[in-house]
Amino acid sequence: MALLEVAGLHVKYGNIEVLHGVDLRVNEGEIVTILGANGAGKSTTLLTLSGLVKPSGGSIAFGGRPIDKLPAHVIVKLGIAQVPEGRRIFNTLTVQENMNLGAFVSKDYEQVKKTQDWIYALLPVLSERRQQLGGTLSGGEQQMLAIGRALMSRPKILLLDEPSLGLAPLLVKTIFQTLREINTTGVTIVLVEQNARAALKLAHRAYVMELGNIVLEGPSPELMANSEVQAAYLGTGSQ
Amino acid sequence: MEQFFQQLTNGLAVGGIYALIALGYTMVYGVLKLINFAHADLFTLGAYLGLTLLTSMALTNHLGPLWGTLLLALMVMGLIALVGALLDRVAYRPLRASPRLSAVVSALGASIFLQNTIMLVYGARFQVYPQNILPKAAIELGGLSIPVVRLMVLATSVIMMAALYLFIQKTKIGTAIRAAAIDQGAARLMGIDVNRVILMVFLVGPSLGGLAGLMVGLYYGQINFTMGWNYGLKAFTAAILGGIGNIPGAMVGGLLLGIIEAMGAAYLSMAWKDAIAFCVLIMILIVRPTGLLGERVAEKV
Repeated sequence: MALLEVAGLHVKYGNIEVLHGVDLRVNEGEIVTILGANGAGKSTTLLTLSGLVKPSGGSIAFGGRPIDKLPAHVIVKLGIAQVPEGRRIFNTLTVQENMNLGAFVSKDYEQVKKTQDWIYALLPVLSERRQQLGGTLSGGEQQMLAIGRALMSRPKILLLDEPSLGLAPLLVKTIFQTLREINTTGVTIVLVEQNARAALKLAHRAYVMELGNIVLEGPSPELMANSEVQAAYLGTGSQ
Repeated sequence: MEQFFQQLTNGLAVGGIYALIALGYTMVYGVLKLINFAHADLFTLGAYLGLTLLTSMALTNHLGPLWGTLLLALMVMGLIALVGALLDRVAYRPLRASPRLSAVVSALGASIFLQNTIMLVYGARFQVYPQNILPKAAIELGGLSIPVVRLMVLATSVIMMAALYLFIQKTKIGTAIRAAAIDQGAARLMGIDVNRVILMVFLVGPSLGGLAGLMVGLYYGQINFTMGWNYGLKAFTAAILGGIGNIPGAMVGGLLLGIIEAMGAAYLSMAWKDAIAFCVLIMILIVRPTGLLGERVAEKV
């Protein structure tokens, strides 16, 4: 049984349907990436997984348990954390306060302390800037903070919405390297990306979304070799 | 010089009351981006409930003026906190997903409802607080004779503000309130139950407003069902002055407005007291619409 099972997911914004029956399956320990152009419904899919957007049809099961009716704060408690699009760190709070908020659902302070030590070791730049306001960090550091903050809840699944957005190529490399490290500790990762090349290199499996539908899926190497994917997302189509 | 210091202490005492009320406006605005127009009437209700409890239970006779007043204050705060939470449940929560203007209209409606309920229950006339509760004495401070009550009012508001500041800055739920004020969606992704945060805001803000009402009753001696209008406007001005949505801003704004008003009344003209306060509001809106400590531009409602 998959850790996360999405079946026939429909989402409407007002009268406009933006997801028309999305099916996704994420196994424990995997890195899965969702590729697609702007407006394909990738972010909506992630927001629905986190419970910030409610589906109009279909089902989401996490560890066999239906979660599509649950409020967002309960879903976090179950073990799904999200690094939202645009990072959305709390600008006027310190780095440490941002991290503490990431652990809002945890009651076990020893465990939180351990998790925090692990994150600060993984992302040492955060440790140096603990007392600084989140808004004073650079873009890359803010992305690190958003990732560190999400990890504070010890999630089973980490959802990331375009962590490479607006970052220099070198930083993107660092962030993806960090994601791989996180994955080796047993955290399952769902990565939404427009940077298809980097995402496919990192992920085990990938889905391609277009206009609210999944149009392709398969192991990353397979998609990387797919001529349609090459033409549309990798810019190396047959000339 | 003596007049200056008299007015300064007086301004600080009144300013402390403004600040306590302003905190209710600013906390609700911070999280919901809504001006809770009914807040001023919760303040009035605090004054009336205080009077009722004071006369019916004779707390100050049984416990002495100090403990009696303290218990009275706690009871008023508790009751007004409950009314505040009820107000949110009835008037605002059903409209959470609606356009903001709906909630504003609902706030105005709630204000009219509360004010008229108070009038129907207690009558339209001024009511008088018993005058034998708080000490009449004045203490000498560097050649200055300051009424003890004035110092008590100032001390109470300072203590409450310090307590609130610690609550907001140091506790987990306080940090959650700040987070929800910055970005509700992101706060929910942290596992924060935003409805609980809003409930907390509607417990704490009104309780401070209710306490301010009780303090006005005890300090000035008489109350009226329309008193919330004037105090509400002043406190709202104070919240804007400090930067609405900003908690330290409301404290600074309240104290500053109290001082400006007292000085204006003393050195310019008593009759222009309110005009001076609202000139401050207009000046702030022209020169620095975000307020002294605010960083967010207040959106129009």
